[in-house]
Amino acid sequence: MVRLTINGKLVQAAEGEMLLSVIRREKIDIPALCHHEAVEPYGACRLCMVEITRPEWDGWANFVTSCLYPVEENLIVSTHSPKVIELRKTIVDLFLACHPNTPEIIQLAADYGVTHTSYEEVPEPDDCILCGLCTRICETMGFKAISAVGRGHGKEIAPPLGEAPPDCVGCLACAQNCPTHFIKFSDRNGVRRIWEKDFELMACSRCGRKTITREFAESLSAGRDIPMEYFEICDDCHRMETSRTMGRIANWSREVQP
Amino acid sequence: MRIKDPQHLSKVQKECRAALGKFPKKVIVCCGTGCLANGAAKIVTAFEDVLSKRKVKGFSIEAVTKTGCHGFCEQGPLVVIEPQGTFYTRVKPKDVEAIVEKSLAHDEILEPLLYSDPSNGHKIERYNDLPFFSMQRRIALRHLGKIAAHSIDEYIADGGYQALAKVLTSMTPDEVIAEIMASGLRGRGGGGFPAGRKWRTCRDVVSDVHYVICNGDEGDPGAFMDRSIMEGDPHGVLEGMMIAAYAVDARQGFIYVREEYPLAVTHLKKAIDDCEEVGLLGDNILGSDFSFSIRISRGAGAFVCGESSALMRSVAGEVGEPRAKYIRSVVKGLYDKPTVLNNVETYVNVPLIIDKGAEWYTSIGTPSNTGTKVFSLVGKVRNTGLIEVAMGATMREIIFGIGGGIIDNRPFKAVQTGGPSGGCLPESMLDLPVDFDTLTEAGSMMGSGGMIVMDDRTCMVDLAKYFLSFLVSESCGKCVPCREGLYQLHAMTVKVSEGRATEADLEKMEKLSEMIILGSLCGLGKSGPNPLLSTIRYFRDEYLVHIREKRCPAGVCRELITYEINDKCTGCMACISACAVNAITGEKKQVHVLDQEKCTKCGACYAVCKFDAIEIH
Repeated sequence: MVRLTINGKLVQAAEGEMLLSVIRREKIDIPALCHHEAVEPYGACRLCMVEITRPEWDGWANFVTSCLYPVEENLIVSTHSPKVIELRKTIVDLFLACHPNTPEIIQLAADYGVTHTSYEEVPEPDDCILCGLCTRICETMGFKAISAVGRGHGKEIAPPLGEAPPDCVGCLACAQNCPTHFIKFSDRNGVRRIWEKDFELMACSRCGRKTITREFAESLSAGRDIPMEYFEICDDCHRMETSRTMGRIANWSREVQP
Repeated sequence: MRIKDPQHLSKVQKECRAALGKFPKKVIVCCGTGCLANGAAKIVTAFEDVLSKRKVKGFSIEAVTKTGCHGFCEQGPLVVIEPQGTFYTRVKPKDVEAIVEKSLAHDEILEPLLYSDPSNGHKIERYNDLPFFSMQRRIALRHLGKIAAHSIDEYIADGGYQALAKVLTSMTPDEVIAEIMASGLRGRGGGGFPAGRKWRTCRDVVSDVHYVICNGDEGDPGAFMDRSIMEGDPHGVLEGMMIAAYAVDARQGFIYVREEYPLAVTHLKKAIDDCEEVGLLGDNILGSDFSFSIRISRGAGAFVCGESSALMRSVAGEVGEPRAKYIRSVVKGLYDKPTVLNNVETYVNVPLIIDKGAEWYTSIGTPSNTGTKVFSLVGKVRNTGLIEVAMGATMREIIFGIGGGIIDNRPFKAVQTGGPSGGCLPESMLDLPVDFDTLTEAGSMMGSGGMIVMDDRTCMVDLAKYFLSFLVSESCGKCVPCREGLYQLHAMTVKVSEGRATEADLEKMEKLSEMIILGSLCGLGKSGPNPLLSTIRYFRDEYLVHIREKRCPAGVCRELITYEINDKCTGCMACISACAVNAITGEKKQVHVLDQEKCTKCGACYAVCKFDAIEIH
């Protein structure tokens, strides 16, 4: 166990735990746009930065991203010091200059009292905040179908060479985790379209609904040793099946136990 | 042939020396990138041609040595006749016949090819008598311009790999680290972190694998120190890495070098192949238990890949983005293993420190900044090139001594050190000693050693704008303060340069800079605002003139200047043909007229006018 102080309160944390998870456990609200429990912390949005110091630092303070900073014994953390607030305000202000029409950003900026950016709005704003969640989740899923392309202000998320990504299986993990819903997809007439690539959706043999692409089912089947037949039934019907079985067990136990 | 052990190495050294001593005279042709661009390869061919027809007693084409960069790129292509040290500058292929006839067949000197001192016009005959060379202290550049750039034989003949033999036979890894720590060697890549301490930490991390990496991803505009060392002394770099690997118990090393340095890649590759052939790389080096191999990893030229964590990701084949270094790369680096990353210049110092001892090394430089530093001296300075001085030399000594002062004797305005994320220092700082700590205190940094000299015709707003635009496009784009903050900072600098800014903007720029420094993930962002902050700090008045008077005193910012033709115009029509938009009209021998409506302020007329008839207002 590690003991540290957050905003004046002594708290306990597990060895190796990151500051952000302790802060959130303490119900302290600090924003983080690039963080997701399912993937490695990234430290790109810089919104979760906090001020840290230690008794022996003699008043000297450091600013770190809490998503990436492991807890330390006797660490003193301020999540809302004046400098931290100023930094967060600057970041949301910079975000607003690039994404003036993105609801999530407008809301976040408003939380920090910024309604109009004080900087120059970029010429062609879009909703991609380059948090990198899509690429990291795709990588964690084992596909690496999309990636960050280019650098600096012109950076974007794209499939290789801007063409339909050969490694994409249409699992939608990227689109479903995109915090600003920038990644678009459509399911129409049994065909899923994402990243300009079309996928055939498999129909559930029970209910007929089409929920998973053949490529995704095949990759899960091969990668995790699940028989392909499993995917012929959709998740909902699997759940239905399980609940029926559970119901039968419950009825049976009522019957045998007086 | 495999070199079996240290005794065998000494024997090979004697043989190599004997082979080199066969010819009483030696011709050195500088084949550094600067001289090659000036036609050095043609000089070598010319020597081959002439010597195939004209036999000179005691001399043959084998004694024509292609070396690495001498550093005096301004005067290239360079040819030196040894042992006299006769130094010929700006040699043309047609001069070669005369060189062979006069200087090789006889001991005569070709006066016209000698360097003439710009201050008094005196011809200087010998290499070592030139102020450019005599004021330097060459340690990291010891082999450049001396030995054939890619020859393992010449390197061994000059005592190469003796330091490696010494550590393998008579020093424990701990002793090696202690020696490097005692030498005070600090990382030459920019940060100035003590190399010995880095090695110590890495060695102390318990792991099955340790790595050693050499950072050859020099990306600063105008810098070519590491390039020249990799091209001209590849074995020096390899030997330094081998000693580091022995010290931290690494079996695998990588050299990260940018693809744009093809000659460096070729020479390093040859050096590695040669070492593998003689058993200086591979298993059981020199008969010891130490085994080590080196691979070259070629970078695609992203500036950010010079940052350690981005570099390691790039070596591993990932996107070159930095990561937060709350856990340092000496603990968890390449493939999450403890990794020592040092720069080219740091490694090349190592064999000499082992050879001559830490005490010798600490006698050079200042107590907390030992040794020497290589700089690429560029910009409006007379002697541009590659130089090396003891730490603590003043900028005045470097710019006005070795550098020979400002071109056309114009007034000195500022010097930019530390590359795009460094800072600009004004004339009042010229007597500061150049070392890691002093430059940082003054608001600039050592960086890897770029030094760009500027005269009164450089606008500091324009300069900040240039470096910011470089950083905007070279930021990896991962973290927001760097990606968006630098972009906005650049946009505001553009506003100043176009006379659209207010004094409030200046304050806003300083405030945003502070936030970028505070919030950025890696060193690129954290030092990104430096060019702006240092120019505001030392040249605030120039910013204010742009803002208040809408005027650019240096006559650079296009939106704020006009070109005008005065009555000194002789009507030579040179400007008329130079103008791409036909803004200038006039008859021969009559004063020309410039149409301000059409003028795009490109400055072409100003550049071609020989009569000072074009004025900038």
